[in-house]
Amino acid sequence: MLIRFENVTKRFGSFIAVDDVSLDIEAGEFFSLLGPSGCGKTTLLRMLAGLETPTEGRILIDGVDMVGVPPNRRPVNMVFQSYAVFPHMNVAQNVAYGLKIDRVPKAEREARVADALALVKLSEFAHRRPDQLSGGQRQRVALARALVKRPKVLLLDEPLSALDAKLRDAMRGELAQIQRDVGVTFVMVTHDQDEALAMASRCALMNRGTLQQVATPGDLYEYPANRFVADFIGTINLFEGTLSVDAPDHAAVTTPALDAPIHVDHGVTGATDAKVWVGVRPEKIAMTPASGPRPTGPAAMPQANVTHGTIMTSAYLGAVTFYDVATAGGTMIKVSAPNGTRSASPALPAGTAVWLHWAPDAPIVLLG
Amino acid sequence: MALFGKKRESGPLDYAGRWSLRLWVAGVMLFLYLPLASLILFSFNDSRRTIRWEGFTFDWYGKLANDDALISAFTNSLTIAAISTLFSVVLGAMSAIALWRFRFPGKGLFDGMITLPIVVPEICMGVAMLVFFGTIMPWPRDLVWPLDLGAIAIAHITFSFPFVTVVVRARLASFNREMEEAARDLGAGELRALWDVLLPHVRPALISGALLAFTLSLDDFVITFFTAGPNTVTFPVKIYSMVRFSVTPEVNAASTVLMAITVAMTLLGMKLQGADIARSEAP
Repeated sequence: MLIRFENVTKRFGSFIAVDDVSLDIEAGEFFSLLGPSGCGKTTLLRMLAGLETPTEGRILIDGVDMVGVPPNRRPVNMVFQSYAVFPHMNVAQNVAYGLKIDRVPKAEREARVADALALVKLSEFAHRRPDQLSGGQRQRVALARALVKRPKVLLLDEPLSALDAKLRDAMRGELAQIQRDVGVTFVMVTHDQDEALAMASRCALMNRGTLQQVATPGDLYEYPANRFVADFIGTINLFEGTLSVDAPDHAAVTTPALDAPIHVDHGVTGATDAKVWVGVRPEKIAMTPASGPRPTGPAAMPQANVTHGTIMTSAYLGAVTFYDVATAGGTMIKVSAPNGTRSASPALPAGTAVWLHWAPDAPIVLLG
Repeated sequence: MALFGKKRESGPLDYAGRWSLRLWVAGVMLFLYLPLASLILFSFNDSRRTIRWEGFTFDWYGKLANDDALISAFTNSLTIAAISTLFSVVLGAMSAIALWRFRFPGKGLFDGMITLPIVVPEICMGVAMLVFFGTIMPWPRDLVWPLDLGAIAIAHITFSFPFVTVVVRARLASFNREMEEAARDLGAGELRALWDVLLPHVRPALISGALLAFTLSLDDFVITFFTAGPNTVTFPVKIYSMVRFSVTPEVNAASTVLMAITVAMTLLGMKLQGADIARSEAP
């Protein structure tokens, strides 16, 4: 374990930015701190860099307590959100800055700067001034400038937020590639879940200063720990209901939102009649024409996991089509359907009556 | 398009095309610059009397160069301006950084008081300096040059450095704090980060602040008049004493020299500042 947060709390006056966070990050990880704006993720990162001091708790890097150690004596380097490339120095001077302060001999310094610039593909731009660079190139300068110091941890504060969409996609892959190449532990702050899911090996989702869940991107999406996580990551249909059946190998929830109960293929170990939330992801709902036969639910409970509805709106996005389907009871259900064949791709028009059903492993049951 | 007979269409911002505005601009120019132009013109007038043009000459400038009292006043002025500029820039920049960066008790009061020397009427400042150096802290009389200029230099620093503070503060407002944090993150200590990153950013403001301080000091008459002794006459005070007898072409020439120096300093400063801002302001 390379980084350890121990019961870290940060208060600004009466505002609690980070609330009793304990977290371990392993060496070599691409770790992402994810959450809505104001959730405390940036404060957590800045405390790791030494730019903020925790009000309570300890932060250890490689077993050494970092509280009280100024930013210039920590084995971490940061890529700032604004990149903070020094405007009065050229690219090579920017990258060499940290080494110059460390009094690295000139020959070694030049070699390391050249290597770092090659890593971020800026070798030809060494003598350009920052005002002659694009946003993406300036970000590479910031990246090279931090990596050239060979930190134990590289911190990235919203690294892609200032780039345009095309460049952002390209940089996503490239950042992950650079991380694999240099093997340095990356800790990235982002509010963009796509970014976190695509790049990170593990994510910590935060809300209002507290950790909600720490998991791999896949677990975060398929096995959210609570309603906030389920709702924040991706799109989900959430139904409030009561637990009517809770056996070791299956469970059922009745909800006023749907006529039929929701059947799950695992036990949830909650008290019967407990209030629960059930989430179903739009892509896990199958849609068939209402003219066809009523789909049958799971063998154990054939009437479950099926509902009838009418398409209210459809949004054709090329690869998928998003539908809002209203049930007879007025519940809105979001469904996404992949456009797997060219002939079937036109979206079903609004007003089409459909059957919706889902497999018993699709619903996510959230206690509380 | 026909040049005559057809009214030229003018764009919405094409003010220069309207004769009424042209006339207005010409009037303003005349009002502002005619007195200065006539001063310069008559400094080349080959006549003792200043009202009639008698021919072109450099005589008055030659006379200036041989006037020891005037030369010494001129040297005094430049020396005071240099000292005052140096201290004003350092003090002004430090107080601007202190006000921008730190929280400390009495900050509000300091913030409000710092512009006081700019606002207070010069005559009051002058009298205040006279009283201060007369009774509270008398400046020793017979010091060697340039130490005898101390009282005037201190008075000049007092009213000059707030201008530097104002200019530097305005520049600091556009500083990206992440730049400083980046320098710290890359290994720079607190002072080193300020020196390497903040200083280059405020350099244009330091230049224009220095320029302001220099010209303010060079031009000042009122406050200097109250603090100057018989042996510490400055250029403006000397010109005033010359005018008391009569406005001679020699006075015109001296004024022209003062004006030329001020204008040259301003142009130089603007050039330096322009180049610096163009470099650091880029996205």
